[in-house]
Amino acid sequence: MKLRSLAAGLLVSALALTGCGKEGSPTGGGQAPTQEAASDVTVEGSPTFDKIKARGKVVVGVKEDQPGLGYKDPTTGEFSGFDIEIARLVAAKLGFDATKIEYKAIPSAGREQAIINGDVDYYVGTYTINDKRKEQISFAGPYFVAGQDLLVRKDDTSITGPETLKGKKVCSVTGSTPIQRVRDQGLTEAGNIVELQTYSQCVTQLDQGQVDAVTTDDAILKGYAAQEPDKFKVIGKTFSEEPYGIGLPKDDKALRDKVNDILQTALDDGTWQSIYDATLGKSGATAEKPTLDRY
Amino acid sequence: MDVLLDNTDIFVRGFRNTLLLFVFSAAASLVLGTVLAMLRVSPVPVFRAAGTAYVTIVRNTPLTLVFFFFVFAFPLLKIISQDDYTPFIGAVIALSLYTAAFVCEVIRSGINTVSPGQMEAARAVGLTFGQTLGSVVLPQAARSVVPPMISTMIALLKNTTVAAGFSVVEAGAIRDYLSERGESVLVGLLWVAFIFVILVIPLTLLQRALEKRWSVAR
Amino acid sequence: MSVNTALFDFPGPKARIRHRIYAAVGVIAIAALLGFVIWRFADSGQFDARRWEWIQYEYVQVALVDALVNTLRAFAAGAVLALAFGAILAAGRLSDHAILRVPAAAIVEFFRAVPLVILIFVFHYGFSLGSPFYSVVLGLMLYNGAVFAEIFRAGVLSLPRGQSEAAYAIGMRKTQVMNLILLPQALRAMLPVIVSQMVVLLKDTALGFLITYKELLDYARYLGGIAEFGRPLIPLTIVVAALYIAMCLLLTWLANYLGRRERRSEKHVEHDDRLEKQVEAV
Repeated sequence: MKLRSLAAGLLVSALALTGCGKEGSPTGGGQAPTQEAASDVTVEGSPTFDKIKARGKVVVGVKEDQPGLGYKDPTTGEFSGFDIEIARLVAAKLGFDATKIEYKAIPSAGREQAIINGDVDYYVGTYTINDKRKEQISFAGPYFVAGQDLLVRKDDTSITGPETLKGKKVCSVTGSTPIQRVRDQGLTEAGNIVELQTYSQCVTQLDQGQVDAVTTDDAILKGYAAQEPDKFKVIGKTFSEEPYGIGLPKDDKALRDKVNDILQTALDDGTWQSIYDATLGKSGATAEKPTLDRY
Repeated sequence: MDVLLDNTDIFVRGFRNTLLLFVFSAAASLVLGTVLAMLRVSPVPVFRAAGTAYVTIVRNTPLTLVFFFFVFAFPLLKIISQDDYTPFIGAVIALSLYTAAFVCEVIRSGINTVSPGQMEAARAVGLTFGQTLGSVVLPQAARSVVPPMISTMIALLKNTTVAAGFSVVEAGAIRDYLSERGESVLVGLLWVAFIFVILVIPLTLLQRALEKRWSVAR
Repeated sequence: MSVNTALFDFPGPKARIRHRIYAAVGVIAIAALLGFVIWRFADSGQFDARRWEWIQYEYVQVALVDALVNTLRAFAAGAVLALAFGAILAAGRLSDHAILRVPAAAIVEFFRAVPLVILIFVFHYGFSLGSPFYSVVLGLMLYNGAVFAEIFRAGVLSLPRGQSEAAYAIGMRKTQVMNLILLPQALRAMLPVIVSQMVVLLKDTALGFLITYKELLDYARYLGGIAEFGRPLIPLTIVVAALYIAMCLLLTWLANYLGRRERRSEKHVEHDDRLEKQVEAV
């Protein structure tokens, strides 16, 4: 009976907690330019756009645990980062301002499925364009080009690049391109590959010493390193090219063309640059503007 | 059929690991479960309380959460060196500790089905506690323990699939590899389901047969 | 002391002293184990104030409750549908016509043999059902429905034959016997087993985590990776585990309460409890 009343007490106190609490965020964030929503947008022959229109809001798939790219503030629920701003830009040009966006956080492994299932209208979250994925979905962009790199603990000097990974435990996300590359090129033994569902889980394991390196695109890793510079460092030798695209339903060419137009305009009129400067660029790194790959 | 034949390597690897997970966890959980059951019937109240607390906590915790704990929290205890601690070991520990609570309950209720008169009679003829348990109680209890124990083991076999979410390449993870190769995920998953049916049905039949035979004898 | 009086003699003075020594050793061993775990966690900073700070933020609390609501939503939908599906399957299995009995039995065996994870994957990845909620609920419905079917059937079969014979004797038809005589008694008798299967169902909602359904464990994973709070994975695991255990115990308590009330009731019928054990699931 004692155990039961203890459990009941715990539940009650857990519920009571909702009554009182701090508000706001422990850290402040920089502001990116707000996008004006366009009016009277039509996208001829796009079932996705018709669906968005009928619903009155956009459902965007994003990451929630990647500082600098797609990050959800746990204390306010606000999303921020480069990918998020790109998602907002696209929504605005489709005629929906920031208040009419619903964000759905979807980890890498569930991305294709979320787009196929119609769970999200489009996906913006460190989504590398490749041919295999193009069989299931389609991509607009690229809107950014990253490269695969390694994140290690600050005091680790034994890892200096991809060729020094042998015998080290390497973590990345289930079904992601970086971990497939590690596997295909035999950068480390199969038994040393750890695949988890999110990068932040990998970073937690790196922090605790269960893995020796986290590998994925430098943009993602820089975000984690910038967040805790006294713990982690990025090696800085990229060994691949990862063009990031906006994931869209496969058969919706009309919407893909429209999104490409939006991106092209943003690249040309300086919007892209100002978004970059307000998010990823804050670390001081510069980036090349990507060239769109229309198909 | 093609999905299965073209990707036999993945299916074989997946189910091999599933069976390995099953064998290791089954052995460990049987041992641990028996120890727990002994604690739960022991005359020392502290042991009983400890056994009950363990069973209550574990039986009311989702297996996924147990996995979560053993993949992320357990390494902090530093019982096993970080270099040796693989997700597979984490999965075996999680499955064993979880299943042990159910094994314990099966054994305990098995002991409970033996009528107190049997034990009293055994004591009356001067058998020691060990003899009472070994020669009188356990042989009788085994009849009511084995069938539900098979159910528990079937559940364990099925539960190994949860490990797919925690970096263990087993039957549940076959999907990831199929989708990486661009194969039909649906067909692949249906094959996985079918193989599980083939693995589980004989065990179910065995369980029913034993149950029928022994319930008459009792 | 139910088992113990049978297994053991009442302890004499020597045995009492021996038991006290065992108890002391036991307490020390358990305390040492718990102490070790707590020391290790404290040593790695898991009990630092910073790692518990998250619990003070209103938004975090609301989000945690939202996640809890999602868990309960999947549970409620899954439970209702599973009961309905189970009732249909049980009716099929108890039917006099082989054309209904055989397929129902096959369906029950199939869904009981396939791991729930695989079922959920089939719906989510195979059939692309849309929101993960549907896949979770459908998986829960089919698997638990099959288990409930066995429970209902065992409940009906466990009733004394005299019940149905008497009903037939006063001229009732098959459906009447089932609906008016057998089912009400069977449900009553099986209530504790049904509720304990509900606990299993509640726990299984956590599998939604694997297909990114936004439930309690999924939120724990997200918040557990937030660097600002020092990646509070262990504090979160503790809180989430406490929530699950509390919910499950509440259900178990309900089962026990209903069981006690049932035994007091005058309508109580002795049934064969061996059948109950047959269908107990993990």
